[in-house]
Amino acid sequence: MSLSRLLENRNFLGFLFMLPAAALLLVFLTYPLGLGTWLGFTDAKIGRAGVWVGLENYIYLFGDQVARLSLFNTVFYTAVATTVKFALGLWLALLLNKNLPFKSFIRAVILLPYIVPTALSALAFWWIYDTQFSIVSWGLVRLGLIDHYIDFLGDPWLARASVIVANIWRGIPFVAICLLAGLQTISPSYYEAAVLDGATPWQMFRYITLPLLTPIIAVVMTFSILFTFTDFQLIYVLTRGGPLNATHLMATLSFQRAIPGGALGEGAALATAMVPFLLAAILFSYFGLQRRAWQQ
Amino acid sequence: MSNYTRRDLLKTLGAATVAAATPASALWTNMAHAADAKYQVTPEKGAKLRVLRWKRFVQGDEDLWNANTKKFTEKTGIEVRVDNEGWEDVRPKAAVAANVGSGPDIIVGWFDDPHQYPDKLHDLTPLANYLGAKYGGWYDICKRYGTRDNKWIALPLGIVGNLLVYRESHVKAAGFDGVPKDLDGFLKLCKGMKAKGTPAGLALGHAVGDGNDWVHWLLWAHGGKMVDEKGNVVINSPETVAALDYIRELYPTFVPGTLSWQDPHNNAAFLAGQCSMTNNGISIYYAAKNSTDPKLKEMAADIGHAHFPIGPVGKTTEFMQITQAMLFKYSKFPNAAKEYLRFMWEQEQFNPWLEASIGYVSQPLKAYEKNPVWTVDPKHTPFRDVAQGLMDNGHAYKLGAASAGVMADYILIDMMAEAASGQQTSKAAAERAQKRAERYYKI
Repeated sequence: MSLSRLLENRNFLGFLFMLPAAALLLVFLTYPLGLGTWLGFTDAKIGRAGVWVGLENYIYLFGDQVARLSLFNTVFYTAVATTVKFALGLWLALLLNKNLPFKSFIRAVILLPYIVPTALSALAFWWIYDTQFSIVSWGLVRLGLIDHYIDFLGDPWLARASVIVANIWRGIPFVAICLLAGLQTISPSYYEAAVLDGATPWQMFRYITLPLLTPIIAVVMTFSILFTFTDFQLIYVLTRGGPLNATHLMATLSFQRAIPGGALGEGAALATAMVPFLLAAILFSYFGLQRRAWQQ
Repeated sequence: MSNYTRRDLLKTLGAATVAAATPASALWTNMAHAADAKYQVTPEKGAKLRVLRWKRFVQGDEDLWNANTKKFTEKTGIEVRVDNEGWEDVRPKAAVAANVGSGPDIIVGWFDDPHQYPDKLHDLTPLANYLGAKYGGWYDICKRYGTRDNKWIALPLGIVGNLLVYRESHVKAAGFDGVPKDLDGFLKLCKGMKAKGTPAGLALGHAVGDGNDWVHWLLWAHGGKMVDEKGNVVINSPETVAALDYIRELYPTFVPGTLSWQDPHNNAAFLAGQCSMTNNGISIYYAAKNSTDPKLKEMAADIGHAHFPIGPVGKTTEFMQITQAMLFKYSKFPNAAKEYLRFMWEQEQFNPWLEASIGYVSQPLKAYEKNPVWTVDPKHTPFRDVAQGLMDNGHAYKLGAASAGVMADYILIDMMAEAASGQQTSKAAAERAQKRAERYYKI
């Protein structure tokens, strides 16, 4: 077949046009992921290529107190932060969906926490949580509610709560705006019909809004879980995983071990260990939530 | 020896012959006595250099560094590009450069960086010998960090001093005339300061500099160590437990929140008058001295600097950050790079640079002790001598990937913080650290 004939073949052309995209994916997605996974099975150090050690890294990490703590922290952080982000985000979306004065202005303002670079907002929280200069502590002391400054990032559980609050603050706009977009696709006629049937607001929410919003919720929550589970910047700026590793997430510990610590293989294994959790989260929200939407 | 240029080799051998010693031991011992130190390399034609260094702590450092570099370019015609990165970012960058085999010709890095990839670095022995001979010799700590198997693999640039910074009047009010030289006295001082409402505070969060510096001192002062001479992890020892028992008593005297402190926290707390003693470089003093706020100016006059107390081991056990220049083998212009290093370390350039660094960095070569920066203000003087009693983070074994990994994983800080906060008993904290450290020293 000559080249000109080949170029007229639709199948071949289609394949040809897909090549650049496939190459991009291969080079920038598949290769790094594959390399990372492979490194996790080696004892590679920075400056020295590793040899295959099988599951040794994983076996070690399983017995490592800090790695186990980081897994707990990550799951706890993700569970609490995404749940609260979802609840508050949905609430905010419902409010914004009402006819408010300066609607578009308010919607734009809501997005601000999401627009500010994480490292920057983390710095703001750094000052808010500072043991000596915290504005929160200062305010409460002035109000006479407490008599000493709160050690936000010095106490393990308080530190966990503090970083979660910072993450929620940053993550709500994303959830709210996406859900708002979903809300606007719901035809008003459903609500009109419901009103005529004498439905209460709760019934309208439960039987109209929620089912029709489910596909969007599935997508938004998947992303929300992914972002939260892999959070890095916030922790790195605020605590570096301290105090006593109470806020170390798998991502931050992986970096600490792999790059400053030089244990590339172990860091890669730790990062790879996040994949099953992420996959599970994706599968859950995708199948769990989306199938219900089809059933409607 | 294959990495020497022919000229380097001739010079070294020549010096060694003069010293009538075997070449191997002559490399950095006998050479120091050579009266007429000479060193010459011929830069490659058309050479261009890239240098990566940590971002200055003080403007004068960067200004003088760049001015010296410009002088070098004017003299030799070799173009040099100097990039600056945040000091903590240099380590990973250098590691990646070593790993992939391309990047800046020279990287000015930290601590045991060169020992993590010694075979990727040029041998700088002739240059280091030349500088050592000319400028009164390198401090022992510089040899510990700069050499491996008697070969110089990095050129120490200086030590970022880290001493006790305190309010003289508050120490006096607590009943002491300066910081005591022994651990018991130090604890009493901290208790006294707490009682007076002017507490001390030393970082126990993941503070790479300030945190690591003082916990290493405390461990070693009690005779504890991470590894023995053979590389066995021995952190779980009675000496370590003694250090941990000490910190359990010390920690309650601190200002609240030190468990969360990173490097900048103590500076801020001290300058705000919330904390009256901490460990730091000269930066706190400078921030106060150069402030336009009269209150801070007043504080500057009240600031004192002192060396850390000496523990039962009976000698100084301080630990501070050392910075050194590495020349990577992938460099296309190693001779030009060596010539650049030589030029920058020569007194005509080094002295003004050291002076412009106003005490943030202390010299690696003894002759530079005479630099006027150390005497222009008596509060600078303690920083002159920081290199003398330093120990290295690999103590008592070799530096390398293991020592770097242990420190980067904050094993020592975590152990101290666990014991200090009471989250673990001293014994349990030492056991946990032992388990974590064994992983790094296994390979």
